[in-house]
Amino acid sequence: MAGAVETTDEVASHLHPAGSFDVDDHPMPNGREEIWRFTPLRRLAGALDRQPTGAGAVDYRVEAPGEVAVASLAPGQAPRGTVLVPSDRAAAIASAETADALHVKVPAEVVVADPVAVTVQAGGGRSNGHVVLDVGPFAKVTLLLDHRGTGVHTANLEVVVGDGAEVTVVSVQDWDRDAVHLGQHEALVGRDASYRHIVVSLGGDVVRLNSNVRYAGTGGGADLYGLYFADAGQHLEHRLFVDHNAPHTRSHVDYKGALQGRDARTVWVGDVLIRKIAEQIETYEINRNLVLTDGAQADSVPNLEIETGEIVSAGHASATGRFDDEQLFYLQSRGITEEDARRLVVRGFFAGLLERIGIETVRDRLTEAIERRLAEVGV
Amino acid sequence: MSTLSIRDLQVSVNVGEGEDKQILHGVDLTINSGETHAIMGPNGSGKSTLAYSIAGHPKYTITGGSVTLDGEDVLEMSVDERARAGLFLAMQYPVEVPGVSVSNFLRTAKTAIDGEAPKLRTWMKDLKTAMSDLQMDPEFAQRNVNEGFSGGEKKRHEIMQLELLKPKMAILDETDSGLDIDALRVVSEGVNRAKTETGAGVLLITHYTRILRYIKPDFVHVFVAGRIVEEGGPELSERLEVEGYERYAAGAGAAKIGD
Repeated sequence: MAGAVETTDEVASHLHPAGSFDVDDHPMPNGREEIWRFTPLRRLAGALDRQPTGAGAVDYRVEAPGEVAVASLAPGQAPRGTVLVPSDRAAAIASAETADALHVKVPAEVVVADPVAVTVQAGGGRSNGHVVLDVGPFAKVTLLLDHRGTGVHTANLEVVVGDGAEVTVVSVQDWDRDAVHLGQHEALVGRDASYRHIVVSLGGDVVRLNSNVRYAGTGGGADLYGLYFADAGQHLEHRLFVDHNAPHTRSHVDYKGALQGRDARTVWVGDVLIRKIAEQIETYEINRNLVLTDGAQADSVPNLEIETGEIVSAGHASATGRFDDEQLFYLQSRGITEEDARRLVVRGFFAGLLERIGIETVRDRLTEAIERRLAEVGV
Repeated sequence: MSTLSIRDLQVSVNVGEGEDKQILHGVDLTINSGETHAIMGPNGSGKSTLAYSIAGHPKYTITGGSVTLDGEDVLEMSVDERARAGLFLAMQYPVEVPGVSVSNFLRTAKTAIDGEAPKLRTWMKDLKTAMSDLQMDPEFAQRNVNEGFSGGEKKRHEIMQLELLKPKMAILDETDSGLDIDALRVVSEGVNRAKTETGAGVLLITHYTRILRYIKPDFVHVFVAGRIVEEGGPELSERLEVEGYERYAAGAGAAKIGD
């Protein structure tokens, strides 16, 4: 490959300009910006105003096995800030207004059997947060970020996946109906490391998560899964960016959503950049939406920016639809009522993603929450 | 003893832009428990339309006639009510249901048909027996319904449902299509077992005579251009094997002109 001397930094993503820690570098959006055009700005309840965390607004409860070190990091204290540079105003505020980020450190080669559980309990009012998951080479861990309660919350998650490490993040947005949550999850995947990021968004009035991945070396893989279920009036927005900035890396994005009720709204934006240097990479992203009732709207926008053709594969797919009549007919022709048939189809739609949540108690809780939702509208 | 009675059944299908096309032009057929009726006809003659309209597929509109099962009006029933009343359709192209395992699907269907959940121990035994009779790998029960199944696996899965759900009347829509000779034998044995065990009536829809070597029909009906044009015993299928459908095609053309 003579002549392939271009460094990764020289080709910028057209869709993702460089970030900044300075809140003022991210002006208050007016809604016409590409990154904000789907978001209902008027419903953000001050999430984009720079404000400190109110007293009692949020409580971080950490349950971590003994081999995991839990501490805090000041702004600029590595590894904080080495992976995540805020890409929008919400992330910049979350970063600037968090004096002590939660630092969860897994030493090299330590395999943590039980998940590290971080419960983010919001108690109303304005809050900011920043979590750094710092996983050493060849270590293995699962982090559960469990968001509950209500309030206006901006928060970041910064993940260092050491070389050869295996990291799973499960972020559950089980907010009360009126919460607002904006956040950025940023991971740097080490050489030959594997990163799994699973998002489940059920609650909240507005949830908007940016989940981003880039690579620190060759051979890394990232699987980004998501499941969301929007009820009447909810806005659930998931934006993904996989930056293939190293050769022989792999990414797979699979997001599925269901919508029911008037003005239920979901947005999925999946961007993949394959830089010139990123030869022999593999990437695939898919988003599927099941619209269960009238009056709901799902936006699905896959984008591929390809700077090199020397790759193994790159693809994307997006499908939004109602129940498949043939599936319902098949099930009903076996005596199953229409209501039960619909429930089976929705359950089946989400089954694969729920199975990926390795934590049984969380999986059962989410399965029940989905069943309750379906029962509400008689699906 | 059950009777499925089809009288002067007329069916149309929506072909888009609000336009309907008449497919069935008055079909008369009576099937009693224990009887096997073969419906044979060329492609496009409306055989599958007959099967799907009895099962209640929403694509078809009944424009005339009646279908009753033991005197009950089948056409008034929803799709699932028809199944619970004792009708079963083995489909030519069974549908994939992602994320729903065969085992979950069968148990849900069995519970719906019987009105109560089957006892776990007998059910597991019945399921195991049905699968081994149809020469299916035990892992099959954990796969998603029809997802990634080969043609043969799909048909075995249909016949397995026939054996487990024990309907009064089974309609088999081209169950033989796409099967090699071994699979055809296995599937046919399944149909014969179900018949012996439950005394079900069978309406066997086929293009070819091959399957009739394994499933012996009591009656053969030749179906052309949306109606039955000739009826007889098993000997009629032998004649069709030799002569094909050509002579009916001419007759159907004449009938059409006469319409």
